[in-house]
Amino acid sequence: MTNSAETLHTVTLTVNDVPHEARCVARQNLADFLRHDLQLTGTHVGCEHGVCGACTVLVDGLAVRGCLMLAVQAKGRSITTIEGLTQPDQQLGILQEAFAQHHALQCGFCTPGILMTLVEVLQDDPDPSEMALREALSGNLCRCTGYQNIIDAALAAAAALRKNQK
Amino acid sequence: MDPRYIGQSVRRQEDDSLLRGMGKFVDDLAPHGLTHAAFLRSPVAHGRIRTIDTTFASEVPGVIAVLTLADLRPVLTSDRLPVQFKSDGLPPNIGPYILAKEEVVYVGETVALVIAESRAIAEDAVALIDLDIEELDPVTGCHQAVQPGAPKAALDRDSNIFAQFEMGYGEVDQSFATAAHTVSLSLVQHRGGAHPIEGRGVLAHPDSLSGQMTVWSSTQQAHEARGFLIELLGLDETLLRVRTPEVGGGFGAKYLLYPEEVSVTAASLLLGRPIKWIEDRREHFLAAIQERDQFWDVEAACDASGKLIGIRGTMIHDGGAYVPQGVNLAYNAATAVPGPYDLPNYKLSVQAVATNKVPTIPVRGAGYPEGTFVMERVLDGLADAAGLDRIEIRRRNLIPASAMPFSTPLKSRSGSGITYDSGDFHAMYEQALKEIDLGGFADRKAQAAKAGRLRGIGVACGIKGTGRGPYESATVRIGKSGKVTVFTGAMPMGQGLKTALSQITAESLGVDPGDITVVCGDTNTISLGLGGFASRQTVVAGSSVTVAAKAVREQALTIAAGLFEADVGDIELVDGMARVKGTEIQASLKELAKIAGGSPGYSLPTGVTPGLEATEYFMPSGLTYGMGVHAVELEVDAETGAVTLQRYVVVNDCGRAINPKIVVGQIHGGVVHAIGNALFEFMGYDEQAQPTTTTLADYLMPTAPEIPRIDVHLAEYPSPLNPLGVKGVGEAGCLPTAGAIVSAIENALGSKNQLIQRIPVMPQDLFQFIQQGKQTDAA
Amino acid sequence: MKASPFAYFAPGSLQEALDLLGSLDNAKILAGGQSLMAMLNLRYAMPDQLIDINGISDLAGISDLGARLSIGAMTRQRVLERDTILLQKAPIFREALLQVGHIQTRNRGTIGGSLCHLDPAAELPALAMLYDATLIARSANGERALPMAEFPAFYMTPALEPDEVLTRIEFDPWPQDSHFAFVEFSRRHGDFAIVAAGCLFTVASSGTIERAAIVLGGVGAAPMRLTEAENSLIGQVPGKEAFDSAARAAQSIEAMEDSVYSAQYRCHLSEVMTRRALIKAWDRQQERAA
Ligand SMILES: Cc1cc2nc3c(=O)[nH]c(=O)nc-3n(C[C@H](O)[C@H](O)[C@H](O)COP(=O)(O)OP(=O)(O)OC[C@H]3O[C@@H](n4cnc5c(N)ncnc54)[C@H](O)[C@@H]3O)c2cc1C
Ligand code: FES
Ligand code: FES
Repeated sequence: MTNSAETLHTVTLTVNDVPHEARCVARQNLADFLRHDLQLTGTHVGCEHGVCGACTVLVDGLAVRGCLMLAVQAKGRSITTIEGLTQPDQQLGILQEAFAQHHALQCGFCTPGILMTLVEVLQDDPDPSEMALREALSGNLCRCTGYQNIIDAALAAAAALRKNQK
Repeated sequence: MDPRYIGQSVRRQEDDSLLRGMGKFVDDLAPHGLTHAAFLRSPVAHGRIRTIDTTFASEVPGVIAVLTLADLRPVLTSDRLPVQFKSDGLPPNIGPYILAKEEVVYVGETVALVIAESRAIAEDAVALIDLDIEELDPVTGCHQAVQPGAPKAALDRDSNIFAQFEMGYGEVDQSFATAAHTVSLSLVQHRGGAHPIEGRGVLAHPDSLSGQMTVWSSTQQAHEARGFLIELLGLDETLLRVRTPEVGGGFGAKYLLYPEEVSVTAASLLLGRPIKWIEDRREHFLAAIQERDQFWDVEAACDASGKLIGIRGTMIHDGGAYVPQGVNLAYNAATAVPGPYDLPNYKLSVQAVATNKVPTIPVRGAGYPEGTFVMERVLDGLADAAGLDRIEIRRRNLIPASAMPFSTPLKSRSGSGITYDSGDFHAMYEQALKEIDLGGFADRKAQAAKAGRLRGIGVACGIKGTGRGPYESATVRIGKSGKVTVFTGAMPMGQGLKTALSQITAESLGVDPGDITVVCGDTNTISLGLGGFASRQTVVAGSSVTVAAKAVREQALTIAAGLFEADVGDIELVDGMARVKGTEIQASLKELAKIAGGSPGYSLPTGVTPGLEATEYFMPSGLTYGMGVHAVELEVDAETGAVTLQRYVVVNDCGRAINPKIVVGQIHGGVVHAIGNALFEFMGYDEQAQPTTTTLADYLMPTAPEIPRIDVHLAEYPSPLNPLGVKGVGEAGCLPTAGAIVSAIENALGSKNQLIQRIPVMPQDLFQFIQQGKQTDAA
Repeated sequence: MKASPFAYFAPGSLQEALDLLGSLDNAKILAGGQSLMAMLNLRYAMPDQLIDINGISDLAGISDLGARLSIGAMTRQRVLERDTILLQKAPIFREALLQVGHIQTRNRGTIGGSLCHLDPAAELPALAMLYDATLIARSANGERALPMAEFPAFYMTPALEPDEVLTRIEFDPWPQDSHFAFVEFSRRHGDFAIVAAGCLFTVASSGTIERAAIVLGGVGAAPMRLTEAENSLIGQVPGKEAFDSAARAAQSIEAMEDSVYSAQYRCHLSEVMTRRALIKAWDRQQERAA
């Protein structure tokens, strides 16, 4: 199959509650599609083979690797990316704020994937132990922070979210 | 006056945009008309190129150009990159080619480049380039490299030896005659790659309006990159600007101008179109620099009390196929051996040799972790030989506080002497032992033993030369808008440098750090700069900033004094205002900046000089040394060889901490990188020098569950060598780590007369080590 | 790296998928994509056609057929890990699944994909082997049942025809009071195991082991049952002695080697992991009883 013959598929989906429609080739992965076709460059790509976790986004509320899913597979789905974490009033959300408070990011390249993973993890288990969080983040590599401040931020965010629930 | 901003863990100004997903990294930039590059890389470790046929590749729809070295030559002044750190005696032909010419010398070497409408199409075309190579014998290891009759790693060099030199002082051989105890070691040290989560990347963007080429690069060295690019492309500073967007980590891999950056820029000049190349992870394995192997054969001697007498031996360093920064890595490693200990006699013969593997330059730590590991192994070996406690022998050899500043007889790479400028090593050592609760260790070990687990403790020390010169640039300016901006050639890649520099500026100007803009990595905003390496930036750029900010403060005070008809000494700068202390008489910095800006045709007030602005290039007189003590407790699973880290304590001297939270974060990162080197990360090659670890599933970087809590304590012994009293910490965390871990493993095993001599310690090797230990114990 | 080009099909029914599979050349099935997508991105796999079976809803789900459980090939690993029927009837699934990759990979990875990818160290094929599961494959010509023992053809290659789709896996759960454990030795949390061991056993009212199954992953080209060890346990009183001697049977297996781990080391780990699995299974029940 030659490149010019590459079929364009229409993908309609919602990202951060905003409906989008775009055309892309079948081989385009979801992370690249969000970044380059929808200009939502907050989602990052660090390996393209499913290990680093930088590309993690929520698909219908579940954390998945954006590099291991085709954009065409996101048809009709609801995607949440880091850009969707900021509150409507432009304030940082609780988790983002905890990351700033606890110095849980240095270069910030891994951060989007870690935040998106934690959104699901904290929804699942509002009161996780430190070890549970470490295991939940085992699919996210960070070369800068040594993880400790990320874990501390997640614990603090969990506590703040619990308080909010009450 | 107590500092208001320095020493505070203020919120990082970098974080807000990053946490919103609004930080712009190089792959986030997409100018109109953007095209994409992919490289054809050598599939073999060593070979002679017969032909490169690009016919089919050029025909792929969407392909704009397929380029080889010959195609780029019209815009190049040289076929290969210059050597960045030259030193005496280096042979010619040790810098990489921009694209391969006739020979390829490692798997992954750039051979040709395709420019296309998308990266995917560019890769489709790369697969269609017909590369005909005659394979040559590769040099697969550095011992083989120096054997008589060994193949040559590159045909245009006379030998496989990049450099050989002797390092040392004293009368080593005589001193051994007086030894009470000796130990011999054959240490194999592997240090893998940098692996920032963002790979390298470059966007060359020609602007037809200004005629200027802007090169956006994910680099640690914007100004150095510009310098080399204008040289290689025959341009000048007005025609080429290098800018760095957010940089997703560097760790050494981005402190180099690479063939990819040059060839993409050259292609963009030729084609007149913006071109972007983003390194994928596989390419990072194949073509981003690594630090890799060193083989040390050393003997050490001590007296009856365990005091060091001497260390002698040889080290052979695998430089890989090219050494674009000369032999600084091997040099640093050799100078790092004495560390914080009093070593009276030392002699090391070093050979840095070529192999057909990926080129090397320093990764975080830059040779210091290797030198440190050697000394720590020596001390453990001597302690065992002398029947001394391993913790005690270190106490007996640490340089006493009374000897500070302590000059070793060694010289650093720049030729200046190595002098430890300040610190109380013993106090730090005892603090680490206290923090890890050495007293309670026996109980914890017994508890673990009851559950069938072997627990061990290890302590190690290291000292890192930080703040390399010759200078770093900084301009501090209060513009007519009243806004304070700092421009510098220093280059952040995640360290929070902008925040630290804003705190330093704020201290002098009385402005909230959050209101100060720091501009880094733009060669159009400041003329000179050296960038981010050698844990230097807060030391050197921070010092430039503080000097410049103080000068601006003086200017502001002079204007205000004239305005208020008050004494300079009665005026304070607070909250963005100049105010006569204790009164309501005040003016904003904006008003002062307007006065300093002058009006056309009118003279400036008496004593006022134009602008609220100063530029400084602080030149440190020498490196400032920060000591670190690491204490680790771990458990060994003797049945499998698995190691589980349980507790980790660091006491590190950072001089004055500008932002303690940032400092601690740097140390966390360094420790975990070094845990990777000690236990997990291994870059494998097969017998043909083909890399066998080319994904992150094979190359094991530590993840959160493997890492214990790291308890960091900052010791603040101000450096006398700079106005802030700071020392660098970027690399500090990775020095003593492997030494402490390996020592703790042996402590857990209770093995005698048996030393682990190879890192990383892989479970299979450790299991064998345990089995051998059982046999020797039985015998 | 980016995937090479392919044509993409998203059939809405199994029949449609089978028709496509029967008619297209060099086609690949895309399930959860957690192995295949990485291979596409690395251009290790370069199919001309990709048939995405994620849209076929009747391929997903867990059915309790009384004495038998049936799991659709497209059931996500994360669904299996939390399923209450499975937790009750085959709790070893959860124990094993928590060691499969990471939350993000389990949210998409499927049981069918894992079985067909057939990594030697993968947990789900090991469980299928442990339960002597039956794998149901379908082509345009009809349905075929394969015992798990015959499913692996070669290294990482299932005995499926090019036109066949794995539709479900069936097995008989063990009695509720069976003892179970799944342990593995891996370098990092979520990595493929270097050696994994799973076991199931039941203890008769007389206090001796009545029935036992042990599986090893990561040791051979496909998961292997330790029949000798299983047999040696029958009639024994559960405890250190019986477990030690059963585990010793692992010493004689033929283990594979790779560029990092030797056959000898894998063999040794097999013994250690087998013993640990048996002990864990037994201790857990003891703890519960206490
Ligand atoms: C970082 C990471 C860590 C991982 N760790 C583990 C681990 O520890 N243990 C483990 O077991 N796995 C692990 N995996 C792999 C993961 O579990 C995959 O989900 C699994 O191997 C494949 O399942 P899938 O549904 O994603 O299949 P896909 O990747 O979509 O497909 C895999 C293969 O099976 C074929 N196939 C899929 N479904 C069918 C079907 N119904 N009929 C016929 N052929 C089919 C495909 O054509 C393809 O060849 C890991 C993956 C990643 C990225
Ligand atoms: S980019 Fe998707 S996991 Fe690394
Ligand atoms: S903050 Fe840089 S990789 Fe995590």
